[in-house]
Amino acid sequence: MRMVIQGGRVIDPAHQTDSIADLFIADGQIAGLGRPPGGFIPEQVINAHKHIVCPGLIDLCARLREPGQEHKATIASETRAAAAGGITTLVCPPDTDPVIDEPAVVEWIRRRAKFAGQARVLTLGALTHRLRGGHLTEMAALQEAGCAGVSDGGHPIASSRVLRRALEYAATFGLTVFLTPLDPELGNGLAHEGQVATRMGLSGIPVAAETGMIARDLELIRDLGVRVHFGRLSSSRAVDLIARAQAEGLPVTADVAVHHLHLTEMDLTRFDSRCHVRPPLRGLRDQAVLRAGLASGVLTALCSDHQPHEPDAKQAPFGDTEPGISGLDTLLGLSLRLVRDGVLPLPALIERLTWGPARILGLDRGHLGVGARADICVFNPETDWRVEPSVLNSQGQNTPFLGWELQGRVTYTLLEGHIVHEGEG
Amino acid sequence: MSATHIQLDSQGRLLHFLTIEGLTHRHLTDILDTAESLRGVAERRVKKLPTLHGKTVVNLFFEASTRTRTTFELAAKRLSADVLNLNIATSSAVKGESLLDTLHNIEAMQCDMFVMRHSQSGAAEFMARHVKPHIAVLNAGDGCHAHPTQAMLDVFTIRRHKPDFPSLQIAIVGDILHSRVARSLIHALSILGAGNIRVIAPRTLLPAQVENLGVQVFHRLPEGLRDVDVVVMLRLQRERMEGALLPSEQEFFQQYGLTEERLALAKPDAIVMHPGPINRGVEIDSRVADGPRSVILEQVTNGIAVRMAIMSITLGHHARLTGEDA
Repeated sequence: MRMVIQGGRVIDPAHQTDSIADLFIADGQIAGLGRPPGGFIPEQVINAHKHIVCPGLIDLCARLREPGQEHKATIASETRAAAAGGITTLVCPPDTDPVIDEPAVVEWIRRRAKFAGQARVLTLGALTHRLRGGHLTEMAALQEAGCAGVSDGGHPIASSRVLRRALEYAATFGLTVFLTPLDPELGNGLAHEGQVATRMGLSGIPVAAETGMIARDLELIRDLGVRVHFGRLSSSRAVDLIARAQAEGLPVTADVAVHHLHLTEMDLTRFDSRCHVRPPLRGLRDQAVLRAGLASGVLTALCSDHQPHEPDAKQAPFGDTEPGISGLDTLLGLSLRLVRDGVLPLPALIERLTWGPARILGLDRGHLGVGARADICVFNPETDWRVEPSVLNSQGQNTPFLGWELQGRVTYTLLEGHIVHEGEG
Repeated sequence: MSATHIQLDSQGRLLHFLTIEGLTHRHLTDILDTAESLRGVAERRVKKLPTLHGKTVVNLFFEASTRTRTTFELAAKRLSADVLNLNIATSSAVKGESLLDTLHNIEAMQCDMFVMRHSQSGAAEFMARHVKPHIAVLNAGDGCHAHPTQAMLDVFTIRRHKPDFPSLQIAIVGDILHSRVARSLIHALSILGAGNIRVIAPRTLLPAQVENLGVQVFHRLPEGLRDVDVVVMLRLQRERMEGALLPSEQEFFQQYGLTEERLALAKPDAIVMHPGPINRGVEIDSRVADGPRSVILEQVTNGIAVRMAIMSITLGHHARLTGEDA
């Protein structure tokens, strides 16, 4: 299939491209930008006037709930939501049921995703058996099966001895290690430790629950040469720690979930369980520093931290509800809002959603170079839309952003040159 | 919190009683004055008023309680309501049923008021958001968040002894971190314009940025008790030792226990309060608990009148809302 996307503003941060140009696609790959390759006759023309044309988004953390929690969502339902949101690659953490700690699970997820055909699903293998923090998994086998890295899957490893060994073993095979820094004991609370939690009588999660883990982890990796990615930072001090480590030349990267850039602890004041997330929403200053970290590039990726739930999981007193926000539907809209808020320019934002996460994963994706797979997102940045249950594609409708007015709607999503989503601009 | 809080109607009248935070001086004095007028009922030969005749009050206790549940029950009965007690804390049969299911089941029994205690902060507010509009929800304690009827009976008791709030210095001593009583009482005292509210506790038992609630923080008991008019002692739960918050009951008593000797640092006419049940020899010495300055049992008695007042005020507003005669 040969296709041309005509007249759009093509933003390809990997090649510092930002210009009005035609993009040519052939055999699932980028065939040319600006001028067509010799003898190119398109079978399909997509008019992208006044639209942005960029690489398909890469979401570093999305729970698809399958296998194990299909009552919340399925690979089919969530990859469809991803396609509608302009996301072409999803990274699934290993805390599925069964845990992604053996090749069979990796293979099973890949087959289900391929069958759905809406988005590419990459898996992270577990660092330890059943994510219990004891025995190492067969990481080499997981790598051969296709895992994009290894991870604690949201269950930080308490034992420094086990973590050190796991990091060394992962480094042996050149695997990137994805960690979620939150001390399991000190982090065992419901809300950011501060004046809001105090007023509401919710158990607090101090910032030290996050920074203490990061500081330990940074010391452990100092001489190992292992690449470590810290997922979902929530505090200003965590950003400082990562910035300092990067300045020292440690091979560490970090991301932030987009809801942490729009919400704070103040959003909990009505015991709104939709704002129950881990790590918790913190203060205004934390939000400002996280935003600045995204702009400066200390944080090289912005993700949805997608966690769809069935309604019952949120219909209870705050402390009895499950944490997490369903985020695939709003990732692009909430991200574009950062541009409107003056946090960072559009090309830099696109970079944090495409080339940034691709580099963390060590993948030749997230860019529009000739020969690259044609994973493309075409969106109208001016379209206003209101977040309402009727427009959400995820099976999980647990979002605190209901009622928000966002801008930016995806008109086309292409996965390896195939149109997987076509919407109204 | 704004006036649009779920416990108020559009005119700012109480539909539920969930938290003291966000209420006005007027709300509180209305309750206190009503309670004052109801206090005499207990001294009559027939201890009943017809206010809630034909109404059904459900005591929904997901956490064990004797005193609070009993005084709510007595309050409802003295107002001629029918009372149903459900102690869900002890009923394992309910395990697996969600709070919402429990709520809808009891709602189906055509009740008018839920009195609810639950171990999760925000549980009463959750209930109030989901009940049918004719039902009033009274919070009898939700997690570490609020215990507003206790706070009202506390300020009622204080007012009977020391009516001039702006001149008062009040110390709250003990486990502030886990105390819904402390949080609600601090709000009530602030709204009533209390001169100086102090909290006295080791750092492990104080929540983060507690001074933002408008209190002065003391870590040493003798310093904090100096010249206070009211001492409120809080109950110390045994499980605090296991959570590494305190080394032992002995050390806590030595540092923060209220003895006659320490009480002497307060004003000579200072009163001693405790929400109960008391741990003798842990937070308070028996000689103080049973002594002349103690108003602990008076608090229990006052609890009935205060809860009667809150029940009649909230259900009265519901009656107006649903077009019935109040």
